[in-house]
Amino acid sequence: MTDVLALAEHRRGSLRDVSFEMISAGRELADAQGGDLHLAVIGGDVDSFADDLNREGVDAIHTVAEGEEFNHDVYVQAIEQLYAEVAPTALLIPNSVNGLDYAPAVAERLDVPLVTDAVGLDRNGALEVTREMYGSKVATTVEVDADEVVVTVRPAEWPQAEGEGSAEIQSFDADIDESQVRSTVTGFEEVGGGDVDISDADVLVSVGRGIEEEENIELVEALADALGATLSSSRPIVDSGWLPKNRQVGQSGKVVTPKVYIAVGISGAVQHVAGMKGSETIVAINTDPNAPIMDIADYAIVDDLFDVVPELIEEFGGEAP
Amino acid sequence: MKILVAVKEVAEAEDEFEIDGLDIDERYLEYDLNEWDDYAIEEAVQIAEAGDDVEVVSVTVGEERTEETIRMALAKGVDRAIRVWDDTLAGADSLDVSAKADILAAVVEAEDPDLVLTGVQANDDGYGATGVSVAEVVGYEWAAVVNELELDDDTAHVRRELEGGVEELTDVDLPAVLTIQTGINEPRYASLRGIRQAQSKPLDVQGLEDLGLDASVVESPVERTAMFEPESESDVVTFEGDAGEEAGQLAELLRDKGVVEG
Ligand SMILES: Cc1cc2nc3c(=O)[nH]c(=O)nc-3n(C[C@H](O)[C@H](O)[C@H](O)COP(=O)(O)OP(=O)(O)OC[C@H]3O[C@@H](n4cnc5c(N)ncnc54)[C@H](O)[C@@H]3O)c2cc1C
Repeated sequence: MTDVLALAEHRRGSLRDVSFEMISAGRELADAQGGDLHLAVIGGDVDSFADDLNREGVDAIHTVAEGEEFNHDVYVQAIEQLYAEVAPTALLIPNSVNGLDYAPAVAERLDVPLVTDAVGLDRNGALEVTREMYGSKVATTVEVDADEVVVTVRPAEWPQAEGEGSAEIQSFDADIDESQVRSTVTGFEEVGGGDVDISDADVLVSVGRGIEEEENIELVEALADALGATLSSSRPIVDSGWLPKNRQVGQSGKVVTPKVYIAVGISGAVQHVAGMKGSETIVAINTDPNAPIMDIADYAIVDDLFDVVPELIEEFGGEAP
Repeated sequence: MKILVAVKEVAEAEDEFEIDGLDIDERYLEYDLNEWDDYAIEEAVQIAEAGDDVEVVSVTVGEERTEETIRMALAKGVDRAIRVWDDTLAGADSLDVSAKADILAAVVEAEDPDLVLTGVQANDDGYGATGVSVAEVVGYEWAAVVNELELDDDTAHVRRELEGGVEELTDVDLPAVLTIQTGINEPRYASLRGIRQAQSKPLDVQGLEDLGLDASVVESPVERTAMFEPESESDVVTFEGDAGEEAGQLAELLRDKGVVEG
């Protein structure tokens, strides 16, 4: 057998985009191996999820009606049982926060090697996974010399599958041992309301760890003021308590799509880029010409922000602090 | 109560670097405590400071150089440390997720902690899988990407930071492994006094045999076969000149785009 089994992801009643990306990644690998693509969705309104997931390229969809929301103890047991039935050679899981909460446990339980955060999949005899290292400064290929593998797939790397499919939809009865369910999700909370909504702004001046000290934030704030722009930031600035959570751009922060996004001293880590790559024009100010932000920037100043930002403030008639 | 914190020394690449074979040339790497682990250490030390009779133990898998990193944990308030290393580990090309999990699991089994904290991910290889793997090997409960933690006798009440500004509230039975997200606390700097005290805290080096493991633990079907600089698809326009000239060009662009006046 050379089949691929891929997991969909949903939250609070909706499938997440990554589910449709899993179809594209899974189809690509299934084709390379000459096998079928099976998709599984666990919990929530599985029947309506299955209808949505029935897109071109999917051969079979397995619905597991267990619980409303994600619970890793249920997922691990359900996947272990479904895996035994489908007998795939590759199990693909989203490299999402929830994916990272069950994929390693599943791999250990199945005693199958795990490779996380794949940005490319290829089969050349052995499975070759492309992933990144050192904060996306380099890429690596990792070869898996085993008959089976668990791979987590980086969100937003594969396109979302479209087109109507003709998959066979089957419900799978998992036998969940409740005594092994030792975690309980008790609720959800939205964070980061507050005074400004950075997702409304036309121009964002966004500050990252390159700013070094809390008191230097003033400098970038002065630039934002001079431009009539809104100030946002990467995560470390918020982690340090230098700006409130509602200013954070990225995977765990806000998704923004301004006309102009000026990234000041931001490296462009994948979780940051997830929140701003839809900006119309991206400008990077960074001393490192190889910083990953340069791959998505339209314009760049490769220079010290402490030299450039005061000049910019002056250009726009402001006053550097 | 006993808390075990797994920490890792990570390599960071300089702005300009060269690749030598399967890794960045050693000359361009700098080593430091993994950012996420710093928050895990702080969380453990804060729990110890708030409660009576809490012991915090740190463990790392690494060569002698990594003692610098683990002394850092001791200087920040960890009580004692374990470094796992021997010739077999030194001879292994790299450790895959499962090998690391097996080694750390053996330490968990020997120490029998109530709580194990790790970082969400290591900043160099970014696997993000060690904590949950360890939990599964030792049969502990777990939670990944935790940005708030409250403990009572047999439960950890945590918040897990999901995507898009949504947090999940979850109760997890103890003993448990939690992977700690940055921002959960404010990691302290090691004080001079802390650094001095760290020198006299116990740092125990253990080999695979001490942990009841043999060389088979490092055998891995997962192997790095290439490293390369990703082909840049970027068509970035770089402004040239001194800072003033660069700023002038960017200003012109922003005026052209009509996003600023004047
Ligand atoms: C589950 C998870 C969720 C996450 N969610 C988010 C998120 O929502 N948003 C987010 O941003 N991150 C998020 N992260 C963190 C992310 O991985 C990075 O750690 C973070 O984005 C790095 O921020 P930075 O670019 O400001 O800092 P760094 O990566 O440290 O980059 C600093 C940059 O500044 C440059 N620099 C330094 N000095 C100067 C100078 N004088 N002049 C000009 N440039 C200079 C450097 O060259 C470097 O490129 C998340 C991580 C995880 C694991």
